[in-house]
Amino acid sequence: MTTNDSHQVSPVSISFTEELSEGIYLIGFKREFLFRAGQVIGIAMEEKGPRRLYSICSGELEEEIHILYKVVDEGFLTPQLSDLEIGNTIWITAPGGEFTGDKDPAVWIATGTGIAPFYSMFRSGLGENKTLLHGNRFLEQFNFYDEFQEALGQDYIRCCSADNDEEVYQGRITGYLEEQDALIPALKYYLCGSADMVVEARDILISKGIPFGNIISEIYF
Amino acid sequence: MREHLFGKTLEELKDLSVKLGLPSFTGRQLAEWLYKKEVSTFEEMTNLSLKARALLKENYDTGIISPTDVQVSVDGTKKYLFPALEGKFIETAYIPDGNRHTVCVSSQVGCKMGCLFCMTGKQGFQGNLSSGEILNQYRSIPEWRSITNLVYMGMGEPLDNLEEVLKSLEVLTSDWGFALSPRRITVSTIGITPAMLEFLNRSSAHLAVSLHTPFEEERRKLMPVQQVYPLKEVLREIKSWDFGRQRRVSFEYILFKDFNDSVSHVNELSRILHGIRCRINLIRFHPIPDTPLESPDEETIQAFKEKLTAKGITTTIRASRGQDIWAACGLLSTKKLADK
Repeated sequence: MTTNDSHQVSPVSISFTEELSEGIYLIGFKREFLFRAGQVIGIAMEEKGPRRLYSICSGELEEEIHILYKVVDEGFLTPQLSDLEIGNTIWITAPGGEFTGDKDPAVWIATGTGIAPFYSMFRSGLGENKTLLHGNRFLEQFNFYDEFQEALGQDYIRCCSADNDEEVYQGRITGYLEEQDALIPALKYYLCGSADMVVEARDILISKGIPFGNIISEIYF
Repeated sequence: MREHLFGKTLEELKDLSVKLGLPSFTGRQLAEWLYKKEVSTFEEMTNLSLKARALLKENYDTGIISPTDVQVSVDGTKKYLFPALEGKFIETAYIPDGNRHTVCVSSQVGCKMGCLFCMTGKQGFQGNLSSGEILNQYRSIPEWRSITNLVYMGMGEPLDNLEEVLKSLEVLTSDWGFALSPRRITVSTIGITPAMLEFLNRSSAHLAVSLHTPFEEERRKLMPVQQVYPLKEVLREIKSWDFGRQRRVSFEYILFKDFNDSVSHVNELSRILHGIRCRINLIRFHPIPDTPLESPDEETIQAFKEKLTAKGITTTIRASRGQDIWAACGLLSTKKLADK
């Protein structure tokens, strides 16, 4: 794809599909464009069909572009995406968006499929000096757990609100943040997930002395 | 709960009439009763047959719902609360100003956009309002006959609920509906580019864009939407759009002390808005709980306006109204929730 016009779409052929956990899927297609880790693309089932934005969930130099999504029963696109098979065609826009990271130390905070842009940054060599907080309801939803655990060790913190396990923080990610009293104001804090989480987590960070200019948020809507 | 008729288009009213076994023209009669007259029950629709009234009552509600609460400011501004989903409330402001009587309607219950300076975002998002629920905020306040202007600037992001907002605009501006001029209606957005283009294509109402800083890097600190729909893209689309002579685009700009109130902001605004026939509405910030943002003093606000005006940009300072009744959107409904 050569266009930079976010209104134009190009067809791509699905080359990979996997259900990672119940209702959470990863699909892929051959990468034919450059992007910056953390960017989004628009996806439609038809050339003129409605589009939805998804974060790219793979590294900048990987051969395939991966998209992570959770099927929302009443949603427009995700139920159709989950029926895709290898060889099917979808339509995508050029990559866009500015939720992009850098090599500086930072804290990444995600819930659910909000992990996608951080996984893209991680796979693009930006995982060093990062702390990753990931929140989910169930243990099985911590996608990419093995990779994060191996690379980040104790800087990979899972917050699980519904399942018990001695290796995870029992509770919501906002609960974990509330309990912290040594957050570093000079770091950048990247937030990605639902509006509720982002707004609540941002308020907590600000209340703990993080300047709002150091909080960078992306909301899935 | 039965389906509501209020907010349906003429075509929809005709279709449902036919499905009930009634003549197609019943749809036009219904539109007359719903959008031109002062009735709220089917019994009052006296030119419909008794059979039609009974059938309609059996299958539908009118959907004309009175506000549950109203607060009146010393300056005449009124804030109405309407019941919404799950015990929540939506807010509607009535703002009289001389001959101009404006109603400010909500389009969603809560909001997903998470702007740093907004109280509505702190309520989370509960759902979209239907066309009927949006229009009911106009039709069900006692002052509705005197309304001269309608703005979609209440709770929620209107263009995140595009289809229902467009449907409500069709009812507002059609001859069979409220027959308001689209030039009396302004829809505000934070800049969801694809939906904005769809709105510009399918409506004639004015557009207002929440700008709040001309610098992309600053805007991403205030408004998460900047991550996916950057300002430069929003402005590029606006610059390429033919607004004609009657349609207006304006930019909303809340002033924050020591953040977006400097000379460099004036200069950059002048640069990025060059070529757009527009106006800037400067808005005083009314602090919300736990916010790190503050309003500049009055002198700074006036100076900012004068500098923009000197650059040739039509600039107004929006009068602060209803401060004694928590009139900034999201404040009153949040207080109401807290009271519960």
